[in-house]
Amino acid sequence: MMERLTGAERQIALMICVVMAIVGLVMAAAGRGDPMGSHGAIVLIAAGIVTCFVLRAIGEPEPAEDRTTSYYDDPTKAGLVIALFWAVVGMGMGVWVAAQLAWPDLRFDAAWSSFGRIRPVHTSGVIFGFGGNALIATSYHVMQRTSRARLAGHVSPWFVLLGFNLFCIVAASGYLMGVTQSKEYAEPEWYADIWLVIVWVVYFVLYIRTLARRNEPHIYVANWYYLAFILVVAILHIVNNLAVPASLTGAKSYSAFAGVQDAMTQWWYGHNAVAFFLTAGFLGMLYYFLPKRAERPIYSYRLSILSFWGIVFFYIWAGSHHLHYTALPQWVQTLGMTFSVMLLVPSWASAGNALMTLNGAWHKVRDDATLRFMMVAAVFYGLSTFEGSFMAVRAVNSLSHYTDWTVGHVHAGAMGWVALITFGSIYSVVPLLWKRETMYSWKLVEWHFWLALAGTVIYVFAMWNSGIVQGLMWRTYTDSGTLAYSFTDTLVAMHPYYVARACGGALFLTGAILAAYNVYMTIRHAPEKRPERDYPTSSEATEPAVPAAE
Amino acid sequence: MSVKERDPLTGHQTTGHEWNGITELNTRVPRAVWFFIIVTHIWALVYWVLMPAWPLVNTFTRGLLGIDQQVQVDKRVAAADATRSLWADRIAALSLDEIRDDPVLVSHVDQTAPALFGDNCAACHGSRAEGGPGYPSLVDDAWLWGGDDETILETLRVGINAPHPDTRYAEMPAFGRDGMLDRDQIRVVAGYVQSLAGLHSGAPPERLEEGAALFADNCASCHGEDGTGMHDLGAPNLTDSHWIYGGSDEALFETIYGGRQGWMPAWENRLTEAQRKMLAIYITSLADEGPE
Repeated sequence: MMERLTGAERQIALMICVVMAIVGLVMAAAGRGDPMGSHGAIVLIAAGIVTCFVLRAIGEPEPAEDRTTSYYDDPTKAGLVIALFWAVVGMGMGVWVAAQLAWPDLRFDAAWSSFGRIRPVHTSGVIFGFGGNALIATSYHVMQRTSRARLAGHVSPWFVLLGFNLFCIVAASGYLMGVTQSKEYAEPEWYADIWLVIVWVVYFVLYIRTLARRNEPHIYVANWYYLAFILVVAILHIVNNLAVPASLTGAKSYSAFAGVQDAMTQWWYGHNAVAFFLTAGFLGMLYYFLPKRAERPIYSYRLSILSFWGIVFFYIWAGSHHLHYTALPQWVQTLGMTFSVMLLVPSWASAGNALMTLNGAWHKVRDDATLRFMMVAAVFYGLSTFEGSFMAVRAVNSLSHYTDWTVGHVHAGAMGWVALITFGSIYSVVPLLWKRETMYSWKLVEWHFWLALAGTVIYVFAMWNSGIVQGLMWRTYTDSGTLAYSFTDTLVAMHPYYVARACGGALFLTGAILAAYNVYMTIRHAPEKRPERDYPTSSEATEPAVPAAE
Repeated sequence: MSVKERDPLTGHQTTGHEWNGITELNTRVPRAVWFFIIVTHIWALVYWVLMPAWPLVNTFTRGLLGIDQQVQVDKRVAAADATRSLWADRIAALSLDEIRDDPVLVSHVDQTAPALFGDNCAACHGSRAEGGPGYPSLVDDAWLWGGDDETILETLRVGINAPHPDTRYAEMPAFGRDGMLDRDQIRVVAGYVQSLAGLHSGAPPERLEEGAALFADNCASCHGEDGTGMHDLGAPNLTDSHWIYGGSDEALFETIYGGRQGWMPAWENRLTEAQRKMLAIYITSLADEGPE
């Protein structure tokens, strides 16, 4: 793939690799005896591997292709394959974590395999590894198509993709070594955080520059969402990770915030990670791949505007609903709760806009599992946003908080919405990118759909039951006015649901493995077909519109 | 471009824009959406007026209802305490036997004690008080410090080797590590201890007398001449079939070589006197029922 870079670009890539290798070496030397040293070695090895790829291409002749006549899809392809790899790893970890809760002996007495260490590997693996790579890859695809312009740069897309994955690897390996900031979804320590800022700024610049060279007068809705995702995640990440390293040669750092301010900052981050990472970005995916696959116009442009601004405005206030009935002042809780409820209508407007777009294409939903993935994703999006607003109400939260209900809610969103829209998008984009007629096996797509749906439903129902049982047991009093159940009693009551949850997760994981196999076989074996008009151009002309001199 | 077309299916016009084949209809926002936006916003406004909501420079809007969650929770805790104290004060004042004779108090104990035990004791002593390696069973008849009411209450109050001024103190010395016995002597005395309990031993039987001499010199001061232990010192009976750390060759060697010092928290500042009394009654009732 590196052969398609020009000589100058290969040199830039090589220089970046050398700088990274030096950084890795310094980290490894300075952080000896600390997990930071191991991370230095990982950075060094990663830089070495990329260097090998670049060096293999460095002597090759300059690429002969005319860059104005095609989109640059190599990073997209790599990103999708990596996303599927993380899907299997992250979901596999999830099944293991779920099984540990039902059968604690599955820890096998190692330190690295304890629940507290592999659980963040699961969450970061699926959110950042699977979700993040899918977002980066599809955003490259969508912004080029909807702008009818080639990516603005050839090294920077690789830098963003590979740099982001380096972050993911440093994060996951750190958890296993016990490195954590103890902030949910923001566990990685200071040097990983700084690295992600660099990667993310490059991503933002790349996105803006590509949009700036677009050949369409208007910016499509999907790009609003991708842009909101990139911009707000940068803000969230930087603020929540403000910290002072205990020393420059170790992984440990101390947060800039303390006490309830720290909790509020964390959940402002945590809830908006859900909003802008797991919602806005994937709505971008939905707004492109669903109408494309259904071959129907978006139901209402006006509804798109209303829901976009509603979502980005209201979400940012809602984080304090994670801290109901805590030391957080009550007025902050009130704001979090009321804004969460006001958020419901714009969220449902998005889900409704997607479902109404399918009017006139419902026969395709019936016949085409790929489109059905997206349809069910929109339904789960509506379901989990309703549930979210509901749980943000203080009275409901007093029952649901700290219980498995929260876990069920998150997974209704993460499995039912995020993962299903991602798989639907992958199934529609893979044949196009690799220039194949269709996916290798439509039957496997069907199997995947029903496995994923069954897994999600089993998981979510198990956690609803478990959470509500748990919450009710905690607040049950005897006639004497004392607690009726001990904590252990609640665990005994939850055990069957934990077993069911592990089974649901295993079904979902099986589906993801089928997807990885199907994509692999599509790349290797499906018959070829050149897509029509899949190159940069203005929508009026059929000729390439990017200046040939570039 | 920018040619507005009419969608034949819905009859709505497109916006006239097109992105790689995707178009958008210019459909009006459905009335229901506006309706629910208004409903949720009015609800939020009303809530803000009634409850603490918006920050001001030095304070915040307190709301017309004057509700404060801290005041609310304090009141409810006080009310719950007042209801419970109707019977809990009597439990605190009476002796265990007097409580056992009062059917009303017994029913309060029966309702309360299992969850109290589950949340405070079961983590070490097991959910059925059966104990486990390193943690004594409470349902057998073997008591380190004595199993009568007063002793159990005192153990609960001050703990064992706990940071409490009156705590019970006990330590099995590390005979091997601290050089009082060599490895061979430890094996021999362990064999003698096993013979006291009627256990099969890996130690040579012909050295039993040597073991007895070592026992008399090193162990009898706490465990008694006959090995039946002493409640005053918390030294366990070695002649029965109950073992906290195990009676196998390996476990006994480890105990004698490295010593033991078990630890139980002092509950005086964590549980009320009534709660400790309920636990004592619960534990003695379990011990009377015996192991399952």
